[in-house]
Amino acid sequence: MRYGYYPGCSLTHSAAPYDLSTRAVAAALGMQLEEVDDWNCCGATEYITLHQAAAYALIGRNLALAGQDGQSELVAPCSACYLNLRKVDHNMALHPRLAQRTNEALAAGGLHYEPGSLHIRHLLDVIVDDVPEADIASRVTHPLHGLRVAPYYGCLIVRPKLNGGRQDPEFPTHMDHLLAGLGADVIDYPLKTHCCGGHMTQISADTAYELIHRLLKSAQDHDADVIVAACPMCQLNLDAYQSQVNRHFRTDFHLPVLYFTQLMGLAFGMRPAALGLGREIVTAAPALAKIGAVPEGIPDPEAAAPRRKRAETGLPMPRRRGES
Amino acid sequence: MTRPISGNAFLEEVIADTPGGESLVTCLMCGTCGGSCPSGADMDHTPRNLFAMIHAGLRQEVLGSNAPWYCVACYYCMARCPKEIPITDLMYTLKRMAVREKLYDDRDAPDWSQSFIGFVETYGRSFEFGLATRYHLTHRPLKKVGVGPLALDMLSKERMSLRPDRIRGIDQLHAILDKARAQEVV
Repeated sequence: MRYGYYPGCSLTHSAAPYDLSTRAVAAALGMQLEEVDDWNCCGATEYITLHQAAAYALIGRNLALAGQDGQSELVAPCSACYLNLRKVDHNMALHPRLAQRTNEALAAGGLHYEPGSLHIRHLLDVIVDDVPEADIASRVTHPLHGLRVAPYYGCLIVRPKLNGGRQDPEFPTHMDHLLAGLGADVIDYPLKTHCCGGHMTQISADTAYELIHRLLKSAQDHDADVIVAACPMCQLNLDAYQSQVNRHFRTDFHLPVLYFTQLMGLAFGMRPAALGLGREIVTAAPALAKIGAVPEGIPDPEAAAPRRKRAETGLPMPRRRGES
Repeated sequence: MTRPISGNAFLEEVIADTPGGESLVTCLMCGTCGGSCPSGADMDHTPRNLFAMIHAGLRQEVLGSNAPWYCVACYYCMARCPKEIPITDLMYTLKRMAVREKLYDDRDAPDWSQSFIGFVETYGRSFEFGLATRYHLTHRPLKKVGVGPLALDMLSKERMSLRPDRIRGIDQLHAILDKARAQEVV
């Protein structure tokens, strides 16, 4: 099936592994992703903080360009881009005056967008809804047996309920099913739709660290080997800021955060490097060694930092899985 | 939704600037929003409290509140609101009004947004390296000891570029944004 593809700024750099693995997996599943020509930034949460009409016009340009490319389906792998694109379409359809003003602005650039003409979806929803489960199962050559994964949806795939509320806004399960289909051991992750702190790492770090810490602690308490993300912001906050969180809370988390598309690629037998593995800040090598996938150029997992030893004099505590 | 005009100029302004904002008048003051908020503990007023203050016409106090700036836009409040009030969007509206009237209590958040959109307006795409240098070196740099090593990590993993990406249609984008900004002034 043919889709317009809106990668968004994150996927060009900070989330390049998400882009690589998305394109690889989509090709394997016969999904034809056609990048929107000359797309611009969606404005994240920042543009609408300062200017509403311009934020709608900024996003509207992308919708108009996708329409010009002849697309009817538009896919965004970034949850923040997805929400922005979807919300502008949704609100333009609901509020004619807003649609009229946005189109007046677009007309200054020779563009027009008809609200409702694009079906805007998140990549996770597309893969789960459009690709038959059997097609995915038939591609799995290297099942992820024994890998304990925490499916982390974040906020914006399921909230607000712009997609008709098909998935539960607080406890969705579609990524759980997808990962279970790859053979992974999916933990029942209670904080799966809690917030990663978004841009707070930049403007009020303590607020963000508190939220990131909760997510990491819960995943570790459930003995997760890896947290699985579907959003570049979530991945960045949990991966790149993990050492800051460790410093802030005097913790010792070493929890790798991968994209669901990277795990799909591994299960399909693709080379780790082709999926951007090895570019995470918290190494995934020890976790991936459990399924026999070791990214090239990555140090031996045995050499990776071991978990901190408990003090001999401490109170007797239950042992962690795999600990002697 | 049709409703009588309230006579509260501040309330009407907030509603007019928020798609779906009319439902603000139906707030039940149940407090589900504040109870669902992951950064509620940092806020001087919970959303429910702010809405009561808007109804009371407390313009200065509402626009000076830190609450909208602590909103992480997770949409928990909005998904749970029994009256389906677009709470997150109202928070954005309050931020815009606070910036217009210079009533925010801390420069960091509006400056961050301004730095971010500055790059978007120049190149058509966001530019993380530019942001990191322009914003963090001028905003409490001594508290940002972790930013340097983090940037190096991101560079070494090829997850950050030293040069911005540019779109081809930047003139078209400027024409569109100029027109939209002119609408905002009216």
